[in-house]
Amino acid sequence: MGVLGTSVKRREDAALITGKGKYTDDLQVPDMTYAVIVRSPHAHARIRRIDVSKAAAAPGVVAVFTGRDLRNEDRGGVVPTAWLLPDIKTPDHPILATEVVRYVGDGVAVVVAESRYAAADAAELVEVDYEPLPVVVDPEKAAAEGAPLVHEGAPGNVAFDWSLGDEGKTDAAFANAAHTVSATLRNNRMLPFAIEPRACLAEWDEGKGALTLHMTSQNPHVHRLLMSLASIGLPEHKIRVIAPEVGGGFGSKIHHYPDEAITAWCSMRTGRPVKWTATRSETNLTDAHGRDHVTRAEIALDGEGRILGLRVRTHAAMGAYLSTFAPAVPTYLYGTLLSGQYDIPAIHVRVIATFTHTAPVDAVRGAGRPEATFVVERMVDLAAHELGLDPAEIRRRNFVPADAFPYQTQVALQYDSGDYGPALEKALQIAGYDELRAEQARRRADGSGKQLGIGLSTYIEACGLAPSQVVGSLGAQAGLWESAKVRVHPTGTITVYTGSSAHGQGHHTTFSQIVADRLSIPVESVDVVHGDTEEVQFGMGTYGSRSAAVGGSAIAVSVDKVIAKGRKIAAHLLEAAEGDVEFVEGEFRVKGSPDRNRSWGDVVLQAYLAHNLPEGLEAGLEETTFYNPSNFTYPFGAHVAVVEVDPATGVVELARYIAVDDCGNQINPMIVAGQVHGGIAYGVGQALFEHAVYDEGGQLVTAELMDYALPKAHHLPSFELDHTVTPCPHNPLGVKGIGEAGTIASPAAVVNAVVDALAPHGITHLDMPLTPEKVWRALQTQDRHQEEGS
Amino acid sequence: MERSVTVEVNGRRYERSVEPRMLLVHFLRDVLGLTGTNVGCQTSLCGACTVLIDGRSVKSCTKLAVQADGRSVTTVEGLAEDGRLHPLQEAFRDQHALQCGYCTPGFLMAAKSLLDDHPNPSEAEIRKGLKGNICRCTGYHNIVKAVQQAAQGATQEGGG
Repeated sequence: MGVLGTSVKRREDAALITGKGKYTDDLQVPDMTYAVIVRSPHAHARIRRIDVSKAAAAPGVVAVFTGRDLRNEDRGGVVPTAWLLPDIKTPDHPILATEVVRYVGDGVAVVVAESRYAAADAAELVEVDYEPLPVVVDPEKAAAEGAPLVHEGAPGNVAFDWSLGDEGKTDAAFANAAHTVSATLRNNRMLPFAIEPRACLAEWDEGKGALTLHMTSQNPHVHRLLMSLASIGLPEHKIRVIAPEVGGGFGSKIHHYPDEAITAWCSMRTGRPVKWTATRSETNLTDAHGRDHVTRAEIALDGEGRILGLRVRTHAAMGAYLSTFAPAVPTYLYGTLLSGQYDIPAIHVRVIATFTHTAPVDAVRGAGRPEATFVVERMVDLAAHELGLDPAEIRRRNFVPADAFPYQTQVALQYDSGDYGPALEKALQIAGYDELRAEQARRRADGSGKQLGIGLSTYIEACGLAPSQVVGSLGAQAGLWESAKVRVHPTGTITVYTGSSAHGQGHHTTFSQIVADRLSIPVESVDVVHGDTEEVQFGMGTYGSRSAAVGGSAIAVSVDKVIAKGRKIAAHLLEAAEGDVEFVEGEFRVKGSPDRNRSWGDVVLQAYLAHNLPEGLEAGLEETTFYNPSNFTYPFGAHVAVVEVDPATGVVELARYIAVDDCGNQINPMIVAGQVHGGIAYGVGQALFEHAVYDEGGQLVTAELMDYALPKAHHLPSFELDHTVTPCPHNPLGVKGIGEAGTIASPAAVVNAVVDALAPHGITHLDMPLTPEKVWRALQTQDRHQEEGS
Repeated sequence: MERSVTVEVNGRRYERSVEPRMLLVHFLRDVLGLTGTNVGCQTSLCGACTVLIDGRSVKSCTKLAVQADGRSVTTVEGLAEDGRLHPLQEAFRDQHALQCGYCTPGFLMAAKSLLDDHPNPSEAEIRKGLKGNICRCTGYHNIVKAVQQAAQGATQEGGG
């Protein structure tokens, strides 16, 4: 029994539980200065004048810069978009605005000073004369005629207008349907809210002409590439990006923001190290937000409740500028997921992405897939309600059958494997579904007290975006492979250099397990290096639940290459044919003669001594792989939320949450469960508490924790988890991905549960978040209607 | 005008001159170099900066350094004793109660304060007792289990 699939305790933890882990803001270097960025208080305004003279004269101030100072004539000064679509509008995004500000938080100047406090004081002294301009914050209203324009080059505020699926076939399906159900679904804007605010420390070395940047990054090489190409303009080999400990990302630390470029320019201009750390409200104003869709969805069914067609039209907010991967999120990570777990013969989706005077919107945990799952799972529940079917039964009738894989959906994806029925039945059994329904009926008959609601969400996730040729054809300006170098040291211990870049996922542990398992060596004999562009060859980073499936597979392939070279050496030493030598239980053996063997350590040492190697074989033992997967992976599962709703107060209590997930083989079940727990909480947050609200004037009225509610310990139950295992057929580990599953499934499960509890009141849908006020108001309105109607 | 403060931190006495407006958390991090205590929200709502002052949990992002003058502060760096991890630290590792680790020092200090007051809390009491701290990674499930483990260990030790 190998170490793969066992709950090895995390190797990361020793530093983190003792306060020794170093996050970006923990770093102090000699002669360090502090930057504070002056930001627009207006959502849309022309900059008439910026006067920095008072700030520049303030005590402790080293320098003050505006946008005109932080670029060279021929290069730098803008942040790019790295995913393009046909007819997309990509207006320039200057790192500091010089003419027009387009959201509250848009930077206009930066102050560099000897201390945090001096920099903050002086930033108050920068005088900016703004001419306020009209504002639009809603993605649907932004597309309406006469809406204020965010960019002159984007008429109607349309960033792109994208469709997928067969429109004619979908229209025909609706024309022949026994039942159709439609709904308008608003997917609430979320703050990503990593507890560590974004930060960076830039150190310019004038002598070497090189920049070192420590930063809160999920993908240091991607940041370096984008800075080299666009915002900084230095050659790539003159920029070193290091992600030290990173305090959560949830997508928000994928993207290239102006702030790290501004800080880097400050160091290049002053010749001193410069640290910038966002305040909480600053990171909330400027992190790329998530979701913010307004969707009109229609579903068509036959008389038996089988789905005939799905038609979806979505307005997706892009915010003031197109963030790094923003165009991919409401398109290839959303439209392609609209078949869910179901065999739907006709689907058509149109997405109109609009600029708004708000913070940019980009990938946040789940990224498009929670939005898609919400649409599919709400529409299926609405259909069940319309047809008088049990929500479990309508799902059973529409699942892609287990023998239909690989299954080609009507929205481009080909699901590699799956078996959806057993996961649902398992979840229902754990929940005690029939007893819950009986209890619900009792409480309804009783008529008083808390009402019970049961919500299902049977989700599909596509993660580990791939292959690179395909994502290139879809608009990615990057490949989506991953690299791994496995360096075997002469004494047999190992250092892995991975392009994945963990920020809480436990890669040091799980990646060590992959190596240790294949080589039958202790986990402690393996170390993992990540997050440093100078040490790691290249890498695409950690997001989209890709690290195990893509990054882990790259490591596995590199280890196999190491073993293959070791076999050559062992065969030579054993005077056997290479094909007769096998690697078993940590030693190279001649097949059929196990006492003719060489240990792992011996062969490794011989590789470095090089006294007696096969002719033509190089010394050393180190292998690199750039692993390019042949397909996405398709995790799936069934979640059940049980809520108690108090009709007197509108308070929703999440009483139980059951999750049965299938992420293929599990490398470390303890870490898998942890990812599911956190994912569920993230989605429950969206369903019940979280909402990034802009007022009509473009002010983010939820920029602090006083106004933005996150789930806390007493809001949540302990979760009830189980799993099924359907290994991924196309990667060497059979793994899929689990980082986003909980977040994808849970908003729909919770909303379905609350609506189920409120069904006797005639409520069929409520938009997230389901706050007590929203639930209470809906109850008051509906009950009044029902009274008037009776 | 700077003020002189004398603070005992993790058993060691420090005398420093600081601006009266300097936050305790910046004093610990920037002046003393004790960066285990993290800043998450600056409004005393997320709890990442929780430390103990004279044994009671306090959010150090909304306390001034001068308010700690003459008092005793314990940070996460002072939780282990004689090179042995505190039972809460052991329990957090055993139960996978941390992922990115940023909120962890604050949770450890808040949990210590909780268990000092209530050595044998129920699950509901643990959840309520930790509502001043926010974790975005774990969904709290394993944090609750870790606090239960630490409480049980302490009870068994005390009983045996």
